[in-house]
Amino acid sequence: MSNEKKTCKYAEKLNEKLDKCEHYQKFAKYRDHILSLGNDSLEKTIAIALSLCFVCAILVSVAAVALRPLQIENKAMDMKKNILDVAGLLQDGTDIHEAFASKIEAKLVDMATGDYIDGDVLAYDQRKAAKDPEQNISLTTAQDIAGIKRRAKIAKVYLVKEGESLKSIILPVHGYGLWSTMYGFLALDADGQTVQSINFYDQGETPGLGAEVVNPNWRALWKGKKVYDESGNVSLALIKGLVDNSKPGSEFQVDGLAGATLTSVGVTNLVKYWMSQEGFAAYLEKVRIKG
Amino acid sequence: MSDTKKVLTDPLVNNNPITLQVLGICSALAVTSQMSTSLIMAVALTAVTACSSAAISSIRNHIPSSIRIIVQMTIIASLVIVVDQVLKAFAYDISKQLSVFVGLIITNCIVMGRAEAYAMKNPPMASFWDGIGNGLGYSLILIIVAFFRELFGSGTLLGIEIFPLIKNGGWYEPNGMMLLPPSAFFIIGFIIWVFRQWKPDQNEAADFKILDISHGEGGHH
Repeated sequence: MSNEKKTCKYAEKLNEKLDKCEHYQKFAKYRDHILSLGNDSLEKTIAIALSLCFVCAILVSVAAVALRPLQIENKAMDMKKNILDVAGLLQDGTDIHEAFASKIEAKLVDMATGDYIDGDVLAYDQRKAAKDPEQNISLTTAQDIAGIKRRAKIAKVYLVKEGESLKSIILPVHGYGLWSTMYGFLALDADGQTVQSINFYDQGETPGLGAEVVNPNWRALWKGKKVYDESGNVSLALIKGLVDNSKPGSEFQVDGLAGATLTSVGVTNLVKYWMSQEGFAAYLEKVRIKG
Repeated sequence: MSDTKKVLTDPLVNNNPITLQVLGICSALAVTSQMSTSLIMAVALTAVTACSSAAISSIRNHIPSSIRIIVQMTIIASLVIVVDQVLKAFAYDISKQLSVFVGLIITNCIVMGRAEAYAMKNPPMASFWDGIGNGLGYSLILIIVAFFRELFGSGTLLGIEIFPLIKNGGWYEPNGMMLLPPSAFFIIGFIIWVFRQWKPDQNEAADFKILDISHGEGGHH
């Protein structure tokens, strides 16, 4: 009750103040003038259009600014979740921030030389950099087997270490499928050769067919597959139908997605591209030497 | 009160925006491959239709007729952006799946249709309820379509397995067509047929009569 009274008093005071304020009086007078005009007069049309824009602009910007911290948090959380998932460190009830901070280390890699470079790892956004002419290179048609047109010069990779020894290398990969560019992570053993897992966190393939790239059962087929053959060529590929594990060479093959030939080709091509000299081959070579 | 009830329930069957007015078909095709996305889309569209109708109705006496449509669009678009931002903040996974379709509520004919047909002539509260009612009518069809598409296309409902799939060791071979947008056409067509069998007054009069050939004029004899 007393609160209500207070509010009322406050409103009264505000009104009094407003009444005294010269600018407000001018505004009120103009508002009444506009409202009294015929709806189709030019002055009213313009005044209504402007004030509507003003009100809507405030509404939209308040929503955008007020919710931004939550959205950024969601995005970061989602990315961490995907990285933990591909590293095989995600279980129900895992504290994502905790697990990410304690087990995963992000590093920047110069794609041309394969060396680690210093820089602000947290702030670097490889997807943004790939669109920035200062930070990317354009690919020729012959180079661009993954259908990505441009590639960032610097890549952000994630390492999982246990004590001193390297457990997995998580590489960001992307390539064009049937409808969309599929973004994902490929996790390799420290030998830079054996696949641990793959996951796609952003794709727009056909639900139930190409979008089965996110199916955990299919992703599990990648575990233990090899990327490079004896002469160092990228041999890992999706094949039509099921892989016969008893046949030689099956370690380079993964089941294709049923009913999604073009998505399967897209996945094969993106692996081929990112594991080649154009991609992470130089970096993986250096990791292998250093152990 | 009975008026409010009528405004609310009429669009469910008697004057359903999808089956009778045939509005909002595009998003009904696009987001119905899963129940969860359909539900969120239904809630988002209902909220936008109700709020935009109320807002437009409250200024309806001062909207210059020459910029009427643009004024409606601006209000609808602002509300859609707000909904999109809220989804990104509080339902991130779903907003990723819905992607552009939340933005496309702006172009959903139901929202503008109600603004133009109802909110421009009725007071704010009634317009609000009209928006809720039409939103629910849209939701009803969306959920029915999504129910069949998800059940027969992926063997699940709301992501919970109902029919175990062959590839996971079960017995059900999913119908791939159900996952593609055209299947929604068949289901919506079927729903329209059921509605019109049930309520024959929904049948439209033919635009023109096909003449019996023997009474026809001209032509080749």
